[in-house]
Amino acid sequence: MSRPDLQSLVDTLTEPIAPDTSRLTLGHPSTDHKLGGGLAQAALHEVFATQEADAPAAAGFALLMALRSERKGPLVWLREDKGRMNGRLYGLGFHELGFDPDRLLLVEAPDTIALLRAAAEAVQCTAVGAVIIEPWGKASVVDLTATRRLTLAAARSGVLALLLRTGDPGPSAATSRWGVRAIPSAQLPADAPGAPAFEISLLRHRSGIAGFSARVEWNRDTCVFTDLTDPAAAPVATAPLPGVVPATAVVGTNHPLPHPALTRKQRAA
Amino acid sequence: MTLADSRARVPALVSIAHEPAADLALLEWLADGCDRYTPMVMAMPPLGLVLDITGCTHPYGGEAGLVDDLLRRLAKLGLTGWPALANTPDAALALARHRMADVGDLPSTALEVAESTHLALRRAGLKHITDVAKQHRPALAARFGKDMTDRLARLLGEVDIHITPRRAPTPIEAEQRFAAPLAHSDAALAVIETLAVRAGLQLTERAEGGRRFDVALFRSDGHVARLGVDTANPVRDPKLLIRLLRDRIGGLSDPLDPGFGYDLIRLSVPVTAPLAASQLLLEGGTLAEGEIGALVDRLTTRLGRNRVRRMIPADSHIPEQAAFDLALADSPFSGNWPAVIEGDPPWRPLQLFDPPQIIQVIAEVPDGPPRRFRWRRRLHEVTRHEGPERIAAQWWRRADGAGLTRDYYRVEDGDGRRFWLFRHGLYGTEKPLPGWYLHGLFA
Repeated sequence: MSRPDLQSLVDTLTEPIAPDTSRLTLGHPSTDHKLGGGLAQAALHEVFATQEADAPAAAGFALLMALRSERKGPLVWLREDKGRMNGRLYGLGFHELGFDPDRLLLVEAPDTIALLRAAAEAVQCTAVGAVIIEPWGKASVVDLTATRRLTLAAARSGVLALLLRTGDPGPSAATSRWGVRAIPSAQLPADAPGAPAFEISLLRHRSGIAGFSARVEWNRDTCVFTDLTDPAAAPVATAPLPGVVPATAVVGTNHPLPHPALTRKQRAA
Repeated sequence: MTLADSRARVPALVSIAHEPAADLALLEWLADGCDRYTPMVMAMPPLGLVLDITGCTHPYGGEAGLVDDLLRRLAKLGLTGWPALANTPDAALALARHRMADVGDLPSTALEVAESTHLALRRAGLKHITDVAKQHRPALAARFGKDMTDRLARLLGEVDIHITPRRAPTPIEAEQRFAAPLAHSDAALAVIETLAVRAGLQLTERAEGGRRFDVALFRSDGHVARLGVDTANPVRDPKLLIRLLRDRIGGLSDPLDPGFGYDLIRLSVPVTAPLAASQLLLEGGTLAEGEIGALVDRLTTRLGRNRVRRMIPADSHIPEQAAFDLALADSPFSGNWPAVIEGDPPWRPLQLFDPPQIIQVIAEVPDGPPRRFRWRRRLHEVTRHEGPERIAAQWWRRADGAGLTRDYYRVEDGDGRRFWLFRHGLYGTEKPLPGWYLHGLFA
């Protein structure tokens, strides 16, 4: 490395990062209060799906965080090619959550390394509003170094960076770590599922805020998270099969569905 | 003679299968290499290459020099060439085929017209082109047709036709030749930078920017490496261009191999667009639009054109056709998304399976909601549902009006996960036993 390069590197490393004080609030008063007025916006936050099946809920929560962010500019959503195995991102669904799909820039990377490189480019760009990085599977490549880089770049550019992950949390330099789980939504008339509901848990925060969980639902019309009216208080019967239906009328698909207990018995035999 | 017969007579006979495709590929490869002499190169399968060298001979000291250079390069590759120079491509090809130097000496078969015409010419004693040329043209045309006299005129150089070059001439080009080949990629990149500056000057004069840049690196052994860079906005800044090219080279699956060295590097700008000089913001800082454009360029260059995408709505009620994502470069900005109903939960999922995933479902017949379903080997008990939302097939697309109706249900299982399922076909009327599919996942 030549001398001017070295000097510029030293300058970059020692350069005091102007603290971007803008906060990202969830619009949910008790959560925002516990977070001390919201999360740092110019930072990297990790969003973990509690189980693999909660990945859509985690993706939805990350999207809504990006939507809550006051920064203008496009949302860059980076995912790997394999991400299509869990379905493609659907513009109408974004729109139904209150996010304008025209603001979305979708980037598909062939592998995790390429994903991280592209993410670094996107997070550095000051005109970007938010970046959602969605590595496939466990992605052990996304380690302390990678997250530290993203955190620094986000602090410099002011971009909100969100890392969508599944599996067991490893070491990371992210400012906060959230666990997201889908929970039964508030019931609508005629037993219909309601607005998206999540249980969000703060698993870790760099400035030492104690972990907590909250059960929230998303209100698209006012663009805030609100308390979930607990459906457990008024338990809904788990929709038993009506007894009047004759047995012959219960039809599966071409592969009749065996009862789980039955399959277990068969396996034992 | 059959191969078996030949083998019986000559036991040591080696037989190699004829591969027309490989021959054609070699010819195309050679044609690429001949790009160094002139942009007007045409491949004439099976064996010919036509080069329009008008005005291109001065670097070689005349036509003979160019031909020598070409033959020398072919000899290095172990190939033999039969060069012929003539005023028209037809004449040159005919001379090369018959290994002659003068058009007049060509046999009349060089006309390459119908067999009956050749027979008639032979019977009339017109064995050479000169003999045919002496005849009265209208009479020839009346006897053999206009095709024959046209062909004759082209052979004799009376009428010229333009060849169709393999590559469209580009509006802006800059190239650099080297006396000794460059054996290092970094040196090549430095040359590309100076070429970018030269091309940038030409672009500035025309008040244009390039939307696509092609770099051709001609290796001394005849191989040509090509690099292409697409940009979202017109560009003429050499620094930006070099950065994009470096990214492009970094992203190559097989790295640039200089081999014996490059002896010619050419930068061309095939696609240009108007680009006026831009005004910087008075309060400092850069234009946000330009920054996003630059980000898109870098990502496009690194990952490829189709990997940077944008959501597009479409006027269709079939869910998988109602919204899709397209490469940013190809897709117009639409902004025409259907309105949502205030107070309703999301009606469409965040993630959509395309194609939908087959699941096993227990549901009431004929049109009851799903009660329990198995997806990816897990059983889900449906606790809440809403539906059906009935979506008809596109019956107007088919003559018989057939197609299966879909009944969509928004369901939630005991763990709170929300799914979008549909029954494919109406029980009994459209299908005896309709299948069930999972189409999407809600947040």
